[in-house]
Amino acid sequence: MSRRVVITGLGTVSGLGIGIDALWDGVCEGRSSIDVIKCFDISDFECQIGTELPEFKIRDFVPKSYRKATKVMARDIELAVIAADLAVRDAGLVTPGVDAEGERQYDGPRMGCHIGAGLIAAEANELTAALVKATDENGVFNMHQWGADGMNHLTPLWLLKYLPNMLACHVTIIHEAQGPSNTITCAEASGGLSVGESLRVIERNAADICFCGGAESKMNIMTFYRQQLTGRLTTQYNDHPAEAVRPFDQNASGMVTGEGGGIIMLEAKETADQRDASPYAELIGFGASHTINPENVGLEPDAEGTGIASAMRSALRDAETTPDAINAIIAFGSGQPACDAAEVSAIKTVFTDDAGQIPIWSSKPFVGNTGAGAGGIDVALAAKMIREQTIPARINCNNPIADLQVATADATKAELQHIMVVSTSLGGQNVALILKRV
Amino acid sequence: MSQENIHRVVITGMGWVTPLGHDIESVWQRLQRGDSGISQTTHFDASTFPTTFSGEVRDYDFRDFVKNPEYHQHPGLNTQFALGAARLAWKMAGLDDFDNLNRERAGIYLGSGEGTLDFDNYVASHLAGLDTDTMKIHGKAWIAAARDRLSMWSEVEQEANMTLNHVAMELNISGPAYNCLTACAASTQAIGEAAEILRRGDTDLMVSGGAHSMIHPLGVTGFNRLTALSNRNDDPTGASRPFNLTRDGFVLGEGSGMIILETLEHAQNRGANIIAEIVGFGSSADAYRITDIHPEGRGPIAAMQGALEQAGIGPQDVDYISAHGTGTKENDSVETRAVKSVFAEHASTVRMSSIKSMMGHLIAAAGAVELITCTLAIRDNILPPTINLDTPDPECDLDYVPNKPYHGDVTICLSNSFGFGGQNDALVVREYRD
Repeated sequence: MSRRVVITGLGTVSGLGIGIDALWDGVCEGRSSIDVIKCFDISDFECQIGTELPEFKIRDFVPKSYRKATKVMARDIELAVIAADLAVRDAGLVTPGVDAEGERQYDGPRMGCHIGAGLIAAEANELTAALVKATDENGVFNMHQWGADGMNHLTPLWLLKYLPNMLACHVTIIHEAQGPSNTITCAEASGGLSVGESLRVIERNAADICFCGGAESKMNIMTFYRQQLTGRLTTQYNDHPAEAVRPFDQNASGMVTGEGGGIIMLEAKETADQRDASPYAELIGFGASHTINPENVGLEPDAEGTGIASAMRSALRDAETTPDAINAIIAFGSGQPACDAAEVSAIKTVFTDDAGQIPIWSSKPFVGNTGAGAGGIDVALAAKMIREQTIPARINCNNPIADLQVATADATKAELQHIMVVSTSLGGQNVALILKRV
Repeated sequence: MSQENIHRVVITGMGWVTPLGHDIESVWQRLQRGDSGISQTTHFDASTFPTTFSGEVRDYDFRDFVKNPEYHQHPGLNTQFALGAARLAWKMAGLDDFDNLNRERAGIYLGSGEGTLDFDNYVASHLAGLDTDTMKIHGKAWIAAARDRLSMWSEVEQEANMTLNHVAMELNISGPAYNCLTACAASTQAIGEAAEILRRGDTDLMVSGGAHSMIHPLGVTGFNRLTALSNRNDDPTGASRPFNLTRDGFVLGEGSGMIILETLEHAQNRGANIIAEIVGFGSSADAYRITDIHPEGRGPIAAMQGALEQAGIGPQDVDYISAHGTGTKENDSVETRAVKSVFAEHASTVRMSSIKSMMGHLIAAAGAVELITCTLAIRDNILPPTINLDTPDPECDLDYVPNKPYHGDVTICLSNSFGFGGQNDALVVREYRD
């Protein structure tokens, strides 16, 4: 028998605020954090809305001795570092990151770290200050000048701010987690795949506890424009941002991107029991798959949702359970019509006659699609749903595209033994996880 | 999971696209001869950069390798390299003629890099958007320029999972799919985790490896600013000199290495030729500093020990270590110290070399290419040399197979990869026996 694994700590950052409580209150009250973007001048973009974190000071979330290192943190890294700090505290753990003097429950080598990351764009203002030193009299960039002079105006550690593995590296340093460590970069599937990998690492006894999940900020002019170029973003709700993301609704017109992340503390049940931790839930199933869509490689799922269904079935097999045991599904539910249709098709294929009875919920109308941050946020919310035995509010679905439980509704108490969480990188990697009430 | 449920994992196919060529046997010959693939950088005009040379892939066209060119209209450089290497590995594994593959049980785990920036258009958009009074980007001016210049595909292909998407599509496999990017350790980690998925029996077959090119203006800029690259501009072929007292940094290379991994049962049932067996994997974090390696190499030590432990062997059983061996001052001395710590009295007899001396550092793809080299060493009982090793460093006092290949029994190899930021991975590969 492989070791059993439980979720003991949650740390989230999102447009709804810093911490799981702010996020939970927001989704239960049906409050969307989607708004007009403020971090750069968005007024000439086709899509002008997204989710941004409230103001924060990164120094409040790292030990005093580590404040200097915050200078080499891109925003994506800051989000992961904050979420990890919150998760450690929520789990009641002692690490050098939260208490330098305290006695830690786990030795460094028994702590792993698997954090999903996106493609981090350079801060435009920082780069441009150097680029301008390499322009000729007509303002045209000149590579000779760049090599000889321009590049020297970048801070020496510039590259280290933007390597995707630095989310995990900073977290491992702050908390002295010396166990297995990985950085998965599969866009929206990154967070779920990272949680799955931590599960396997603990099961095979390569670590007792892991940080897992992901974080990303798409609130950078280049990253945001890259999303707009894909044609996935809705352009019809700039005046009604809170109504923009409409998973499974007939008036859905695309996604909204944003920033955020979720870090989960995943822990071997035996060692969690030894330290009298109070787990939110047990993680009992994980499945992954790839979408094959010759029509649109890497941009859209196949219409039948074959790949998504395959991940769901594989998670059910891993959990040794059946579709009728699942009490709720946190769907990817991006509000992008082709993706939502594929997901509906996958749910119907896997859950057959039960599909219509299962509440289906999406976090995207509230916090947007945060890329590599999305999976961690959704797993954290699933854990919270199980603890609170509550399904949060659903908004923006007045005319469902299918006969499923997706329509607008208030938060409601429910008997939740098993929840499935689904993530997909829209045309690429798919992942499904199953959480169980302890 | 009980021991009896653990599956053995074997390699049945390999392919690479490297600065020394893109055919397994001819590149292996060149590695034994000690050829260098390093020369002047041609991808862009690097003539005024602190480093003007690199290991570029030459005379390569991915369209000569793929069977489904319609899926790959605008592939980035990583993807181009990966497609060729993956097709070669697939073919070597005899999978072109195997019709009974359960595609849902065939997965893929890559350690591929972010794609190459559309540098000229990116820079021009930023400069057009610059308000020179405030020295800040002005959104309206930026988007006006970006709309004219930036195209969807050149942007989308930069996402780090696009290489994965293309290779999975090309090979039509729909099992578990991952890309990891732990800097210079990525493809070693990918192979290790792919092996774990097979060991557990979750899939029958995994495509694994990596692809990367950072030979672009901002890649070279980033490493030059870190002073991580060799500046030996007057001597490109002599610039990558791991373990040499006069080493002054690593040399960027590019390319891809891909392997086909299968459970032993699956390989045997379809009558596949078994090249070698993956028997150990260790992963760790230095958890020390972003800018420095832990001076005693505690992360590399933990990774090597983890790999040996899983393999159920001791240091005395290892015939060869494929070094991370980048040629930076810090890496080579710390790696030497870490090997001494793990191997104790056996450190003086084990042989360790760095093929980065010949190919340069393929970053995310380095580990896969080095693992492939280990399997060839086992097959032919030959170890590739570390070239440019004429002035020994007193801090680096192991047998690095200097300048000439070694001929002798090779059964078990340990392959090391250590990433910037402190993520470390090690694999143990051994000769296949029933």
